[in-house]
Amino acid sequence: MMYKNKSSKIIYHIIAIIFSFIALLPFFWMLSTSFKSRGALLSIPIEWIPKNPTFAAYIRLFSNEGILRAMLNSVIITALSICVSLLSSSMAAFAFSKIKFRGSNLLFLIFLSSMMIPSQVIFIPLYLIMNEIHLTNTLFAVILPCVFQAFAVFMLKQQMMSISDTYLDAASIDGASLMKIFFRIILPMCNTALVTLAIIVGMGAWNDYLLPLVLLTSKENYTLPIILNSLNGQFSTEYNLLMAGALITMLPLLLFYAFAQKYFST
Amino acid sequence: MLSNGRSGWRKAFPFLLPSLVGLFLFSFLPILISLLISLTNWTGMSRVSLTTGFFTFIKNNFIGLKNFKSILVDDEVWKVISHNFYFIILYLPFMLILSLSEALIINSKFKGSGTYRVIFYIPVLTSWVAGALIWKWLLSPTYGPINNALLAIGLKGSLWLQSETMAMPSIALASIWKDLGFYAMIFLGGLKSINPSYYEAANIDGATTFQRFRKITLPMISPITFYVVMLSLINAFQLFPQVMVMTKNGDAGPNGATMVMVERIYKYAFRYGKMGYAAAFSWILFMIIFLFTYIQRRAEKRWVNYDV
Repeated sequence: MMYKNKSSKIIYHIIAIIFSFIALLPFFWMLSTSFKSRGALLSIPIEWIPKNPTFAAYIRLFSNEGILRAMLNSVIITALSICVSLLSSSMAAFAFSKIKFRGSNLLFLIFLSSMMIPSQVIFIPLYLIMNEIHLTNTLFAVILPCVFQAFAVFMLKQQMMSISDTYLDAASIDGASLMKIFFRIILPMCNTALVTLAIIVGMGAWNDYLLPLVLLTSKENYTLPIILNSLNGQFSTEYNLLMAGALITMLPLLLFYAFAQKYFST
Repeated sequence: MLSNGRSGWRKAFPFLLPSLVGLFLFSFLPILISLLISLTNWTGMSRVSLTTGFFTFIKNNFIGLKNFKSILVDDEVWKVISHNFYFIILYLPFMLILSLSEALIINSKFKGSGTYRVIFYIPVLTSWVAGALIWKWLLSPTYGPINNALLAIGLKGSLWLQSETMAMPSIALASIWKDLGFYAMIFLGGLKSINPSYYEAANIDGATTFQRFRKITLPMISPITFYVVMLSLINAFQLFPQVMVMTKNGDAGPNGATMVMVERIYKYAFRYGKMGYAAAFSWILFMIIFLFTYIQRRAEKRWVNYDV
Protein backbone atom coordinates (compact mmCIF):
# COMPACT_ATOMS: atom_id res chain seq x y z
CA MET A 1 0.00 0.00 0.00
CA MET A 2 2.75 2.39 0.99
CA TYR A 3 4.66 1.58 -2.15
CA LYS A 4 1.63 2.08 -4.34
CA ASN A 5 0.96 5.45 -2.81
CA LYS A 6 4.48 6.61 -3.47
CA SER A 7 4.49 5.52 -7.09
CA SER A 8 1.13 7.14 -7.74
CA LYS A 9 2.48 10.37 -6.29
CA ILE A 10 5.36 10.27 -8.74
CA ILE A 11 2.91 9.78 -11.59
CA TYR A 12 0.86 12.76 -10.37
CA HIS A 13 3.99 14.85 -10.27
CA ILE A 14 4.98 13.86 -13.78
CA ILE A 15 1.55 14.70 -15.17
CA ALA A 16 1.51 17.99 -13.27
CA ILE A 17 4.91 18.89 -14.66
CA ILE A 18 3.73 18.14 -18.20
CA PHE A 19 0.70 20.37 -17.71
CA SER A 20 2.84 23.14 -16.22
CA PHE A 21 5.24 22.82 -19.11
CA ILE A 22 2.38 23.28 -21.59
CA ALA A 23 1.02 26.23 -19.63
CA LEU A 24 4.35 28.01 -19.27
CA LEU A 25 6.27 27.19 -22.43
CA PRO A 26 4.47 29.87 -24.50
CA PHE A 27 5.42 32.48 -21.89
CA PHE A 28 9.00 31.34 -21.94
CA TRP A 29 9.03 31.75 -25.71
CA MET A 30 7.48 35.21 -25.30
CA LEU A 31 10.12 36.24 -22.78
CA SER A 32 12.97 34.88 -24.83
CA THR A 33 11.73 36.52 -28.04
CA SER A 34 11.33 39.89 -26.37
CA PHE A 35 15.09 39.98 -25.71
CA LYS A 36 16.08 39.16 -29.27
CA SER A 37 17.30 41.47 -31.95
CA ARG A 38 15.41 41.52 -35.24
CA GLY A 39 18.06 39.38 -36.89
CA ALA A 40 17.86 36.71 -34.20
CA LEU A 41 14.14 36.31 -34.86
CA LEU A 42 14.91 34.77 -38.21
CA SER A 43 17.72 32.47 -37.21
CA ILE A 44 17.48 28.77 -37.97
CA PRO A 45 17.88 26.73 -35.82
CA ILE A 46 15.75 28.83 -33.52
CA GLU A 47 17.34 30.25 -30.37
CA TRP A 48 15.45 29.19 -27.25
CA ILE A 49 17.71 31.42 -25.22
CA PRO A 50 18.85 34.48 -27.17
CA LYS A 51 22.58 34.38 -27.85
CA ASN A 52 22.90 38.15 -27.76
CA PRO A 53 20.13 39.39 -25.49
CA THR A 54 19.16 43.00 -26.03
CA PHE A 55 16.65 45.49 -24.68
CA ALA A 56 16.14 46.94 -28.13
CA ALA A 57 12.55 45.72 -28.40
CA TYR A 58 11.59 47.28 -25.06
CA ILE A 59 13.28 50.57 -25.96
CA ARG A 60 11.42 50.63 -29.25
CA LEU A 61 8.17 49.69 -27.55
CA PHE A 62 8.39 52.51 -25.04
CA SER A 63 9.51 55.03 -27.64
CA ASN A 64 6.08 54.49 -29.15
CA GLU A 65 4.38 57.30 -27.26
CA GLY A 66 1.03 55.51 -27.17
CA ILE A 67 2.15 52.67 -24.94
CA LEU A 68 2.59 54.52 -21.64
CA ARG A 69 -0.66 56.30 -22.24
CA ALA A 70 -2.39 52.97 -22.93
CA MET A 71 -0.94 51.54 -19.76
CA LEU A 72 -2.27 54.47 -17.74
CA ASN A 73 -5.66 54.14 -19.45
CA SER A 74 -5.81 50.45 -18.61
CA VAL A 75 -4.96 51.14 -14.97
CA ILE A 76 -7.58 53.90 -14.72
CA ILE A 77 -10.27 51.82 -16.41
CA THR A 78 -9.54 48.77 -14.29
CA ALA A 79 -9.39 50.64 -10.98
CA LEU A 80 -12.55 52.65 -11.62
CA SER A 81 -14.42 49.65 -13.00
CA ILE A 82 -13.68 47.76 -9.80
CA CYS A 83 -14.81 50.69 -7.62
CA VAL A 84 -17.99 51.38 -9.57
CA SER A 85 -18.92 47.74 -9.85
CA LEU A 86 -18.22 46.80 -6.25
CA LEU A 87 -20.04 49.79 -4.81
CA SER A 88 -23.10 49.61 -7.01
CA SER A 89 -23.54 45.85 -6.86
CA SER A 90 -23.00 45.61 -3.11
CA MET A 91 -25.60 48.33 -2.56
CA ALA A 92 -28.12 46.46 -4.68
CA ALA A 93 -27.23 43.18 -2.99
CA PHE A 94 -27.85 44.83 0.39
CA ALA A 95 -31.29 45.97 -0.70
CA PHE A 96 -32.16 42.52 -2.03
CA SER A 97 -30.90 40.61 0.98
CA LYS A 98 -31.67 42.84 3.94
CA ILE A 99 -34.53 45.18 3.04
CA LYS A 100 -38.00 43.85 2.46
CA PHE A 101 -39.78 45.61 -0.38
CA ARG A 102 -42.62 44.75 -2.67
CA GLY A 103 -41.63 43.02 -5.90
CA SER A 104 -38.08 42.32 -4.79
CA ASN A 105 -38.21 38.73 -6.07
CA LEU A 106 -39.49 39.84 -9.45
CA LEU A 107 -36.88 42.58 -9.74
CA PHE A 108 -34.14 40.13 -8.84
CA LEU A 109 -35.40 37.76 -11.52
CA ILE A 110 -35.21 40.59 -14.06
CA PHE A 111 -31.64 41.27 -12.95
CA LEU A 112 -30.71 37.64 -13.45
CA SER A 113 -32.40 37.27 -16.81
CA SER A 114 -30.46 40.27 -18.14
CA MET A 115 -27.38 38.03 -17.96
CA MET A 116 -28.77 36.03 -20.86
CA ILE A 117 -28.16 38.83 -23.35
CA PRO A 118 -24.66 38.58 -24.81
CA SER A 119 -22.57 41.74 -25.08
CA GLN A 120 -22.57 41.35 -28.86
CA VAL A 121 -26.23 42.29 -28.94
CA ILE A 122 -25.57 45.36 -26.83
CA PHE A 123 -22.48 46.86 -28.37
CA ILE A 124 -23.98 48.70 -31.35
CA PRO A 125 -26.70 50.42 -29.26
CA LEU A 126 -24.17 51.07 -26.52
CA TYR A 127 -22.12 52.97 -29.04
CA LEU A 128 -25.19 55.09 -29.90
CA ILE A 129 -26.09 55.68 -26.26
CA MET A 130 -22.56 56.73 -25.41
CA ASN A 131 -22.64 59.06 -28.40
CA GLU A 132 -25.83 60.58 -27.07
CA ILE A 133 -24.37 61.35 -23.65
CA HIS A 134 -21.12 62.50 -25.28
CA LEU A 135 -19.02 59.77 -23.77
CA THR A 136 -17.82 57.86 -26.83
CA ASN A 137 -14.09 57.99 -26.99
CA THR A 138 -13.72 58.75 -23.30
CA LEU A 139 -12.65 56.22 -20.71
CA PHE A 140 -16.01 56.57 -18.97
CA ALA A 141 -17.70 54.86 -21.89
CA VAL A 142 -16.05 51.62 -20.84
CA ILE A 143 -16.27 52.20 -17.09
CA LEU A 144 -19.89 53.28 -16.75
CA PRO A 145 -21.54 50.02 -17.89
CA CYS A 146 -19.93 48.36 -14.84
CA VAL A 147 -22.57 50.08 -12.73
CA PHE A 148 -24.90 47.20 -13.53
CA GLN A 149 -23.46 43.72 -13.14
CA ALA A 150 -26.06 41.12 -12.39
CA PHE A 151 -23.62 38.31 -11.57
CA ALA A 152 -21.92 40.52 -8.98
CA VAL A 153 -25.23 41.41 -7.35
CA PHE A 154 -26.10 37.73 -7.28
CA MET A 155 -22.78 36.72 -5.74
CA LEU A 156 -22.88 39.38 -3.03
CA LYS A 157 -26.51 38.73 -2.25
CA GLN A 158 -25.70 35.08 -1.51
CA GLN A 159 -22.93 36.24 0.79
CA MET A 160 -25.04 38.85 2.60
CA MET A 161 -27.91 36.45 3.19
CA SER A 162 -25.59 34.41 5.37
CA ILE A 163 -25.08 37.39 7.71
CA SER A 164 -27.38 37.14 10.68
CA ASP A 165 -30.08 39.80 11.01
CA THR A 166 -29.39 40.19 14.72
CA TYR A 167 -26.40 42.41 13.93
CA LEU A 168 -28.64 44.71 11.97
CA ASP A 169 -31.42 44.76 14.54
CA ALA A 170 -28.95 45.62 17.28
CA ALA A 171 -27.48 48.43 15.18
CA SER A 172 -30.83 49.86 14.23
CA ILE A 173 -31.99 49.84 17.87
CA ASP A 174 -28.88 51.89 18.60
CA GLY A 175 -30.16 54.34 16.00
CA ALA A 176 -27.69 53.61 13.19
CA SER A 177 -28.89 54.69 9.77
CA LEU A 178 -29.16 52.20 6.88
CA MET A 179 -26.12 53.76 5.21
CA LYS A 180 -24.13 53.34 8.38
CA ILE A 181 -25.25 49.73 8.77
CA PHE A 182 -24.31 49.05 5.16
CA PHE A 183 -20.86 50.61 5.29
CA ARG A 184 -19.88 49.74 8.84
CA ILE A 185 -21.36 46.28 9.33
CA ILE A 186 -22.31 44.61 6.07
CA LEU A 187 -19.41 45.58 3.83
CA PRO A 188 -16.64 44.59 6.26
CA MET A 189 -18.31 41.23 6.76
CA CYS A 190 -18.25 40.51 3.02
CA ASN A 191 -14.61 41.34 2.44
CA THR A 192 -13.61 37.95 1.05
CA ALA A 193 -16.42 38.00 -1.48
CA LEU A 194 -15.53 41.58 -2.38
CA VAL A 195 -11.89 40.64 -3.03
CA THR A 196 -12.96 37.72 -5.21
CA LEU A 197 -15.25 40.02 -7.11
CA ALA A 198 -12.52 42.65 -7.47
CA ILE A 199 -10.31 40.04 -9.12
CA ILE A 200 -13.05 38.91 -11.49
CA VAL A 201 -14.09 42.44 -12.45
CA GLY A 202 -10.49 43.65 -12.66
CA MET A 203 -9.52 40.77 -14.92
CA GLY A 204 -12.49 41.45 -17.17
CA ALA A 205 -11.79 45.18 -17.38
CA TRP A 206 -8.06 44.81 -17.95
CA ASN A 207 -8.42 42.19 -20.67
CA ASP A 208 -11.65 43.33 -22.32
CA TYR A 209 -11.40 43.66 -26.06
CA LEU A 210 -14.75 44.14 -27.80
CA LEU A 211 -16.12 47.16 -25.90
CA PRO A 212 -12.90 49.22 -25.88
CA LEU A 213 -12.45 48.38 -29.56
CA VAL A 214 -15.85 49.85 -30.36
CA LEU A 215 -16.09 52.68 -27.84
CA LEU A 216 -12.53 54.04 -27.73
CA THR A 217 -11.70 55.20 -31.20
CA SER A 218 -8.73 57.53 -30.89
CA LYS A 219 -5.25 56.46 -30.03
CA GLU A 220 -4.89 58.46 -26.83
CA ASN A 221 -7.74 56.45 -25.31
CA TYR A 222 -6.53 52.99 -26.32
CA THR A 223 -6.14 50.34 -23.64
CA LEU A 224 -3.21 47.91 -23.64
CA PRO A 225 -4.94 45.05 -25.49
CA ILE A 226 -6.18 47.46 -28.16
CA ILE A 227 -2.81 49.11 -28.73
CA LEU A 228 -1.16 45.70 -28.74
CA ASN A 229 -3.40 44.56 -31.56
CA SER A 230 -2.80 47.79 -33.45
CA LEU A 231 0.95 47.13 -33.13
CA ASN A 232 0.19 43.66 -34.45
CA GLY A 233 -1.28 45.23 -37.56
CA GLN A 234 1.58 47.71 -37.91
CA PHE A 235 4.61 45.54 -37.19
CA SER A 236 3.21 42.11 -37.84
CA THR A 237 6.60 40.47 -38.32
CA GLU A 238 8.53 42.19 -35.54
CA TYR A 239 7.77 39.60 -32.94
CA ASN A 240 10.40 40.85 -30.50
CA LEU A 241 8.44 44.10 -30.24
CA LEU A 242 5.09 42.31 -30.06
CA MET A 243 6.28 39.86 -27.38
CA ALA A 244 7.64 42.73 -25.29
CA GLY A 245 4.21 44.31 -25.65
CA ALA A 246 2.50 41.06 -24.65
CA LEU A 247 4.66 40.86 -21.53
CA ILE A 248 3.88 44.47 -20.59
CA THR A 249 0.18 43.76 -21.10
CA MET A 250 0.02 40.70 -18.87
CA LEU A 251 2.50 41.57 -16.12
CA PRO A 252 0.48 44.16 -14.14
CA LEU A 253 -2.52 41.84 -13.92
CA LEU A 254 -0.30 38.99 -12.78
CA LEU A 255 1.08 41.18 -9.99
CA PHE A 256 -2.40 42.33 -9.03
CA TYR A 257 -3.53 38.71 -8.89
CA ALA A 258 -0.59 37.68 -6.71
CA PHE A 259 -1.31 40.62 -4.41
CA ALA A 260 -5.05 39.93 -4.14
CA GLN A 261 -4.43 36.19 -3.80
CA LYS A 262 -2.88 36.88 -0.40
CA TYR A 263 -6.19 38.22 0.83
CA PHE A 264 -7.98 35.42 -0.96
CA SER A 265 -6.46 32.58 1.01
CA THR A 266 -6.51 34.18 4.46
CA MET B 1 -34.86 41.77 7.58
CA LEU B 2 -35.13 45.49 7.96
CA SER B 3 -38.46 47.22 7.49
CA ASN B 4 -41.34 45.86 5.51
CA GLY B 5 -44.17 46.37 3.06
CA ARG B 6 -44.89 49.95 2.19
CA SER B 7 -41.91 51.80 3.58
CA GLY B 8 -39.65 49.13 2.10
CA TRP B 9 -39.26 50.71 -1.32
CA ARG B 10 -38.41 54.08 0.17
CA LYS B 11 -35.57 52.51 2.10
CA ALA B 12 -34.40 50.15 -0.62
CA PHE B 13 -34.55 52.66 -3.44
CA PRO B 14 -31.33 54.62 -2.73
CA PHE B 15 -29.42 51.35 -2.64
CA LEU B 16 -30.98 50.08 -5.83
CA LEU B 17 -30.69 53.34 -7.76
CA PRO B 18 -27.25 52.89 -9.41
CA SER B 19 -28.09 49.36 -10.53
CA LEU B 20 -31.51 50.39 -11.78
CA VAL B 21 -30.06 53.23 -13.84
CA GLY B 22 -27.50 50.80 -15.22
CA LEU B 23 -30.14 48.18 -15.92
CA PHE B 24 -32.16 50.70 -17.88
CA LEU B 25 -29.31 52.46 -19.73
CA PHE B 26 -27.04 49.52 -20.46
CA SER B 27 -29.46 46.62 -20.71
CA PHE B 28 -33.11 47.50 -21.44
CA LEU B 29 -32.48 50.46 -23.70
CA PRO B 30 -29.77 48.73 -25.77
CA ILE B 31 -31.97 45.67 -26.22
CA LEU B 32 -34.82 47.84 -27.46
CA ILE B 33 -32.59 49.87 -29.77
CA SER B 34 -30.92 46.75 -31.09
CA LEU B 35 -34.29 45.19 -31.91
CA LEU B 36 -35.40 48.33 -33.73
CA ILE B 37 -32.15 48.67 -35.67
CA SER B 38 -32.36 45.04 -36.73
CA LEU B 39 -35.55 45.97 -38.60
CA THR B 40 -33.85 48.70 -40.65
CA ASN B 41 -31.35 48.89 -43.46
CA TRP B 42 -29.24 51.48 -41.63
CA THR B 43 -25.69 51.51 -42.94
CA GLY B 44 -24.10 53.29 -40.01
CA MET B 45 -23.03 56.14 -42.30
CA SER B 46 -25.87 58.52 -41.47
CA ARG B 47 -25.62 59.79 -37.92
CA VAL B 48 -28.48 58.82 -35.69
CA SER B 49 -29.63 60.70 -32.64
CA LEU B 50 -31.54 58.76 -30.02
CA THR B 51 -33.21 61.80 -28.55
CA THR B 52 -34.35 63.65 -31.65
CA GLY B 53 -36.11 61.89 -34.44
CA PHE B 54 -35.02 58.35 -33.63
CA PHE B 55 -38.41 56.88 -34.39
CA THR B 56 -38.80 58.78 -37.68
CA PHE B 57 -35.37 57.46 -38.56
CA ILE B 58 -36.48 53.91 -37.82
CA LYS B 59 -39.66 54.46 -39.79
CA ASN B 60 -37.83 55.85 -42.83
CA ASN B 61 -35.38 52.98 -42.93
CA PHE B 62 -37.82 50.29 -41.89
CA ILE B 63 -37.55 47.08 -43.89
CA GLY B 64 -39.33 44.67 -41.54
CA LEU B 65 -37.85 41.23 -41.13
CA LYS B 66 -35.88 41.43 -44.37
CA ASN B 67 -32.52 41.32 -42.57
CA PHE B 68 -33.47 38.12 -40.79
CA LYS B 69 -34.71 36.60 -44.03
CA SER B 70 -31.57 37.46 -45.95
CA ILE B 71 -29.37 36.16 -43.11
CA LEU B 72 -31.14 32.82 -43.24
CA VAL B 73 -30.56 32.44 -46.98
CA ASP B 74 -27.02 33.87 -46.99
CA ASP B 75 -24.49 31.13 -47.75
CA GLU B 76 -21.77 33.00 -45.89
CA VAL B 77 -23.80 33.04 -42.70
CA TRP B 78 -24.27 29.27 -42.75
CA LYS B 79 -20.59 28.83 -43.40
CA VAL B 80 -19.84 31.11 -40.44
CA ILE B 81 -22.20 29.22 -38.14
CA SER B 82 -20.70 25.90 -39.21
CA HIS B 83 -17.26 27.32 -38.32
CA ASN B 84 -18.48 27.97 -34.78
CA PHE B 85 -19.70 24.38 -34.52
CA TYR B 86 -16.47 23.06 -35.97
CA PHE B 87 -14.60 25.01 -33.29
CA ILE B 88 -16.80 23.52 -30.57
CA ILE B 89 -16.16 19.98 -31.83
CA LEU B 90 -12.42 20.58 -31.79
CA TYR B 91 -12.42 22.42 -28.49
CA LEU B 92 -14.96 20.97 -26.09
CA PRO B 93 -13.89 17.28 -25.73
CA PHE B 94 -10.22 18.08 -25.17
CA MET B 95 -11.04 20.98 -22.91
CA LEU B 96 -13.29 18.81 -20.71
CA ILE B 97 -10.87 15.90 -20.36
CA LEU B 98 -7.81 18.07 -19.80
CA SER B 99 -9.37 20.50 -17.36
CA LEU B 100 -10.81 17.64 -15.31
CA SER B 101 -7.37 16.02 -15.25
CA GLU B 102 -5.82 19.27 -14.04
CA ALA B 103 -8.43 19.53 -11.33
CA LEU B 104 -7.83 15.90 -10.23
CA ILE B 105 -4.12 16.58 -9.99
CA ILE B 106 -4.51 19.67 -7.85
CA ASN B 107 -7.09 17.93 -5.71
CA SER B 108 -4.82 14.96 -4.96
CA LYS B 109 -3.04 17.26 -2.50
CA PHE B 110 0.52 16.11 -2.86
CA LYS B 111 3.40 18.38 -1.96
CA GLY B 112 3.50 21.39 -4.27
CA SER B 113 -0.01 21.03 -5.66
CA GLY B 114 -0.66 24.64 -4.61
CA THR B 115 2.15 25.83 -6.87
CA TYR B 116 0.72 23.91 -9.80
CA ARG B 117 -2.62 25.50 -9.13
CA VAL B 118 -1.11 28.96 -9.59
CA ILE B 119 0.82 27.89 -12.69
CA PHE B 120 -2.26 26.42 -14.35
CA TYR B 121 -4.10 29.71 -13.81
CA ILE B 122 -1.54 31.99 -15.47
CA PRO B 123 -2.85 31.53 -19.05
CA VAL B 124 -6.31 32.43 -17.78
CA LEU B 125 -5.06 35.75 -16.44
CA THR B 126 -3.40 36.66 -19.71
CA SER B 127 -5.25 39.01 -22.00
CA TRP B 128 -6.49 37.27 -25.13
CA VAL B 129 -4.65 39.70 -27.37
CA ALA B 130 -1.32 38.86 -25.71
CA GLY B 131 -2.06 35.13 -25.62
CA ALA B 132 -3.15 35.06 -29.25
CA LEU B 133 -0.04 36.95 -30.36
CA ILE B 134 2.17 34.47 -28.52
CA TRP B 135 0.41 31.57 -30.23
CA LYS B 136 0.63 33.20 -33.63
CA TRP B 137 4.38 33.36 -33.14
CA LEU B 138 4.61 29.81 -31.71
CA LEU B 139 2.80 28.54 -34.79
CA SER B 140 4.86 30.52 -37.29
CA PRO B 141 5.60 27.98 -40.06
CA THR B 142 9.30 28.72 -40.59
CA TYR B 143 10.57 30.36 -37.43
CA GLY B 144 8.09 29.05 -34.88
CA PRO B 145 9.27 26.59 -32.22
CA ILE B 146 6.43 24.12 -32.79
CA ASN B 147 7.28 23.39 -36.39
CA ASN B 148 10.98 23.37 -35.54
CA ALA B 149 10.41 20.89 -32.73
CA LEU B 150 8.39 18.69 -35.07
CA LEU B 151 11.17 18.93 -37.62
CA ALA B 152 13.72 17.89 -35.01
CA ILE B 153 11.89 14.61 -34.42
CA GLY B 154 11.54 14.07 -38.15
CA LEU B 155 7.97 15.23 -38.65
CA LYS B 156 6.85 17.71 -41.23
CA GLY B 157 5.11 20.66 -39.60
CA SER B 158 2.05 22.43 -40.84
CA LEU B 159 1.26 25.88 -42.16
CA TRP B 160 -1.08 26.20 -39.16
CA LEU B 161 -2.86 29.55 -39.32
CA GLN B 162 -1.94 30.04 -42.94
CA SER B 163 -3.55 26.81 -44.08
CA GLU B 164 -7.25 26.62 -44.73
CA THR B 165 -7.65 23.23 -43.03
CA MET B 166 -5.43 23.90 -40.01
CA ALA B 167 -6.44 27.49 -39.22
CA MET B 168 -9.42 26.59 -37.05
CA PRO B 169 -7.64 23.73 -35.22
CA SER B 170 -4.86 26.23 -34.45
CA ILE B 171 -7.38 28.63 -32.92
CA ALA B 172 -8.89 25.76 -30.92
CA LEU B 173 -5.44 24.72 -29.70
CA ALA B 174 -4.69 28.21 -28.40
CA SER B 175 -8.15 28.43 -26.83
CA ILE B 176 -7.74 25.13 -25.00
CA TRP B 177 -4.40 26.34 -23.63
CA LYS B 178 -5.96 29.60 -22.49
CA ASP B 179 -9.17 28.24 -20.91
CA LEU B 180 -7.94 25.00 -19.36
CA GLY B 181 -7.04 26.52 -15.99
CA PHE B 182 -10.32 28.37 -15.73
CA TYR B 183 -12.48 25.28 -16.10
CA ALA B 184 -10.07 23.27 -13.95
CA MET B 185 -10.75 25.65 -11.06
CA ILE B 186 -14.49 25.14 -11.49
CA PHE B 187 -14.03 21.35 -11.52
CA LEU B 188 -11.79 21.66 -8.47
CA GLY B 189 -14.64 23.29 -6.56
CA GLY B 190 -16.81 20.29 -7.40
CA LEU B 191 -14.17 17.75 -6.42
CA LYS B 192 -13.58 19.42 -3.08
CA SER B 193 -17.25 19.14 -2.19
CA ILE B 194 -17.32 15.31 -2.48
CA ASN B 195 -17.59 13.71 0.92
CA PRO B 196 -14.37 11.71 1.55
CA SER B 197 -16.29 8.96 3.34
CA TYR B 198 -17.47 7.66 -0.06
CA TYR B 199 -13.88 7.01 -1.04
CA GLU B 200 -13.09 5.42 2.32
CA ALA B 201 -16.02 3.04 1.92
CA ALA B 202 -14.90 2.21 -1.62
CA ASN B 203 -11.38 1.54 -0.37
CA ILE B 204 -12.66 -0.91 2.21
CA ASP B 205 -14.58 -2.69 -0.53
CA GLY B 206 -11.33 -2.92 -2.49
CA ALA B 207 -12.26 -0.64 -5.38
CA THR B 208 -9.51 0.29 -7.84
CA THR B 209 -8.57 3.90 -8.59
CA PHE B 210 -10.36 3.73 -11.90
CA GLN B 211 -13.50 2.23 -10.32
CA ARG B 212 -13.56 4.96 -7.71
CA PHE B 213 -13.28 7.59 -10.43
CA ARG B 214 -15.93 5.97 -12.59
CA LYS B 215 -18.45 5.15 -9.84
CA ILE B 216 -17.97 7.99 -7.37
CA THR B 217 -16.16 11.00 -8.82
CA LEU B 218 -17.89 11.23 -12.20
CA PRO B 219 -21.48 10.93 -10.93
CA MET B 220 -20.79 13.23 -7.99
CA ILE B 221 -19.42 16.04 -10.13
CA SER B 222 -22.00 15.71 -12.89
CA PRO B 223 -23.73 18.98 -11.92
CA ILE B 224 -20.38 20.77 -12.23
CA THR B 225 -19.66 19.04 -15.53
CA PHE B 226 -23.02 20.24 -16.74
CA TYR B 227 -22.19 23.79 -15.68
CA VAL B 228 -18.80 23.63 -17.42
CA VAL B 229 -20.34 22.33 -20.65
CA MET B 230 -22.95 25.11 -20.61
CA LEU B 231 -20.44 27.84 -19.88
CA SER B 232 -17.90 26.67 -22.42
CA LEU B 233 -20.56 26.28 -25.11
CA ILE B 234 -21.79 29.83 -24.55
CA ASN B 235 -18.22 31.09 -24.65
CA ALA B 236 -17.48 29.08 -27.77
CA PHE B 237 -20.37 30.68 -29.61
CA GLN B 238 -18.98 34.07 -28.66
CA LEU B 239 -15.42 33.34 -29.72
CA PHE B 240 -13.87 36.56 -31.00
CA PRO B 241 -10.55 38.14 -29.90
CA GLN B 242 -8.38 35.14 -30.70
CA VAL B 243 -9.74 35.11 -34.25
CA MET B 244 -9.23 38.85 -34.67
CA VAL B 245 -5.62 38.65 -33.54
CA MET B 246 -4.44 35.31 -34.86
CA THR B 247 -5.79 35.48 -38.37
CA LYS B 248 -5.41 38.50 -40.55
CA ASN B 249 -7.81 41.23 -39.53
CA GLY B 250 -9.18 41.81 -43.00
CA ASP B 251 -10.02 38.39 -44.30
CA ALA B 252 -10.40 36.07 -41.28
CA GLY B 253 -8.02 33.34 -42.27
CA PRO B 254 -7.19 31.71 -45.59
CA ASN B 255 -10.33 31.66 -47.71
CA GLY B 256 -12.33 32.84 -44.70
CA ALA B 257 -11.60 29.64 -42.78
CA THR B 258 -11.90 31.33 -39.40
CA MET B 259 -14.89 33.56 -40.00
CA VAL B 260 -17.05 33.20 -36.89
CA MET B 261 -20.26 34.82 -35.72
CA VAL B 262 -19.07 37.63 -33.46
CA GLU B 263 -16.24 38.50 -35.83
CA ARG B 264 -18.78 38.85 -38.65
CA ILE B 265 -21.17 40.90 -36.50
CA TYR B 266 -18.36 43.30 -35.64
CA LYS B 267 -17.26 43.59 -39.26
CA TYR B 268 -20.74 43.92 -40.72
CA ALA B 269 -21.36 46.75 -38.28
CA PHE B 270 -18.12 48.69 -38.36
CA ARG B 271 -16.36 47.71 -41.61
CA TYR B 272 -19.02 46.90 -44.18
CA GLY B 273 -21.62 49.46 -43.12
CA LYS B 274 -24.42 46.99 -42.52
CA MET B 275 -25.58 48.02 -39.04
CA GLY B 276 -29.12 46.72 -39.42
CA TYR B 277 -27.87 43.41 -40.75
CA ALA B 278 -25.32 43.14 -37.94
CA ALA B 279 -27.95 43.85 -35.30
CA ALA B 280 -30.21 41.17 -36.78
CA PHE B 281 -27.31 38.73 -36.82
CA SER B 282 -26.58 39.44 -33.16
CA TRP B 283 -30.15 38.40 -32.37
CA ILE B 284 -29.69 35.21 -34.35
CA LEU B 285 -26.59 34.54 -32.25
CA PHE B 286 -28.66 35.14 -29.13
CA MET B 287 -31.33 32.73 -30.35
CA ILE B 288 -28.75 30.03 -31.08
CA ILE B 289 -27.27 30.39 -27.59
CA PHE B 290 -30.73 30.43 -26.06
CA LEU B 291 -31.77 27.32 -27.98
CA PHE B 292 -28.68 25.45 -26.88
CA THR B 293 -29.15 26.43 -23.27
CA TYR B 294 -32.71 25.21 -23.50
CA ILE B 295 -31.78 21.87 -25.09
CA GLN B 296 -29.08 21.37 -22.48
CA ARG B 297 -31.54 22.06 -19.69
CA ARG B 298 -33.87 19.44 -21.09
CA ALA B 299 -31.06 16.93 -21.42
CA GLU B 300 -29.81 17.77 -17.93
CA LYS B 301 -32.22 15.38 -16.24
CA ARG B 302 -30.84 12.47 -18.23
CA TRP B 303 -27.25 12.56 -17.06
CA VAL B 304 -26.92 14.97 -14.19
CA ASN B 305 -27.19 13.51 -10.74
CA TYR B 306 -28.51 15.74 -7.97
CA ASP B 307 -29.16 13.06 -5.32
CA VAL B 308 -26.35 14.05 -3.01
